[in-house]
Amino acid sequence: MSDVYIVGVDMIKFGRYPERTVPSLAAEAALMALDDAGLGIGQMQALYCGNLGQAGGMVGQRLLAEIGQTGIPVTNVANACATGATAFRDAWMSIKAGVYDVVLAVGVEQMGKGLLGGGAGVSTEGLIGSGTMPAMFAQIGMEHTRKHGTTFEQFARVSVKNHFHSTLNPKSMYRVETPLEQVMAAEMIAYPNTKLMCSVNVDGSAAAVLASEAAVKRLGLMDRAVRVRASAMSSNPFAERQLAMPDFSAATRLAAKSAYEAAGVGPDDINLVELHDCFATAEIVHYENLGLCADGDAGRMIDTGETQLGGRVPVNVSGGLLSKGHPLGATGIANIYEVATHLRGAAGERQVEGARLGMTHVVGGGPGMGTACAIHILEKV
Amino acid sequence: MTIDTTGDAPPIVPFLKRAANGLPYLAGSRCEACGHVFVGERTVCAKCAARDRMVAVRLAETGKLYDFTVVHRSFPGVKTPFVDAIVDLDDGSHIKGTLLDVDPDPKTIAFDLPVRIVYREAAPVNTGGKPYLTYFFVPA
Repeated sequence: MSDVYIVGVDMIKFGRYPERTVPSLAAEAALMALDDAGLGIGQMQALYCGNLGQAGGMVGQRLLAEIGQTGIPVTNVANACATGATAFRDAWMSIKAGVYDVVLAVGVEQMGKGLLGGGAGVSTEGLIGSGTMPAMFAQIGMEHTRKHGTTFEQFARVSVKNHFHSTLNPKSMYRVETPLEQVMAAEMIAYPNTKLMCSVNVDGSAAAVLASEAAVKRLGLMDRAVRVRASAMSSNPFAERQLAMPDFSAATRLAAKSAYEAAGVGPDDINLVELHDCFATAEIVHYENLGLCADGDAGRMIDTGETQLGGRVPVNVSGGLLSKGHPLGATGIANIYEVATHLRGAAGERQVEGARLGMTHVVGGGPGMGTACAIHILEKV
Repeated sequence: MTIDTTGDAPPIVPFLKRAANGLPYLAGSRCEACGHVFVGERTVCAKCAARDRMVAVRLAETGKLYDFTVVHRSFPGVKTPFVDAIVDLDDGSHIKGTLLDVDPDPKTIAFDLPVRIVYREAAPVNTGGKPYLTYFFVPA
């Protein structure tokens, strides 16, 4: 089976664009990725389009109506916060399978402000706990506190780090440093996550052009190619408390194991990680889930700056979902854009020096639903 | 909020039921193959995938606080703060709910706090004040 390469990748600056349409946001990123590859829509053999908010709305076809209706097969993908990464993986699989050799993957989302979560019907909110995303991820943090004694201050340090990183990223929604005292004193949403420890709901899009090795050579694009060393996915395996509290850790551990095995590398070989910091508490548990440190060691890892730019394994140098923003369907490909940009040595002020291998991770789901996790390992060519 | 025993307020979730005498209970299922106890009725075991081995049980009404958060911001109309708790019931099942009668201060809430279940009527935020039968945790 051919190796698969990213030959074009880009994202729009995340922000709030209420006057735009979802297909127009998608079209902008698609054209940017095509331009990055020096290719046109006429050379794409298939489109994989990720979007959650208009999952029934054929966003991929509407995107092509804006950039060229070439009649290629379109697959519209929805998979919670793993939507964009799932579209990317479907594109990757189509090349791995030998069906196509140049395809386009796009992720897009337009979001309102406010709390996510809850469901239809009679509300149980406040009567049977909370169905909000902040409460769910607060409990995931508190479970870590229960097991390992992790403190409010350690969780808060994640936001200090990622907000600082975002000051170096021109495509980030927010680019403001927040000292520890400010993060901890911000409005408490669900203990221990304050408002500055919750990701930002934004509009955004990101896209990637993927190609087989033969196509990369034929098109003369190896000088800008990034190799996809592994693409792994999982759903939530049975976990003891799954029905009471959604489990994002077991699915992440499962996907991480397959990704490391497929790539033939281990956590110590990874030079940078973009992981799913939907809340500050989530980043801490994912250090351990991704094997970046031993179980129980995540608090120490954030305290010692190992995951900061310049540290042993920088995490979320883009600013992460906490500051760059989290447009659900776009996040998975935006993370791939970030890591690919470092592997190309083109990340400017926030460049992780000497980066050869990088990992992207997204995991999503909700109460009573389940979990989708996608992990990619990318390699400098 | 009043203690409910035999009222006719509808249960807020399907696994909260009333016995023939009107008294509420939490319905669960135990897998005869692997022993896992689930909240609610089901026919296939999510843990071991056994089919037609589930037996209906009434869930335990005492347990210990496994995990919690204090919710300060919720959806419009929901009174905060409240304690969103995950409880390990004494029969091995795990259930989410709101913990009452504690100070909503994380420093004063202890993991493994013994709790028991109480049944009460309360109005959800989106039913125009119409009461439903629900359950809460209180310190045992």
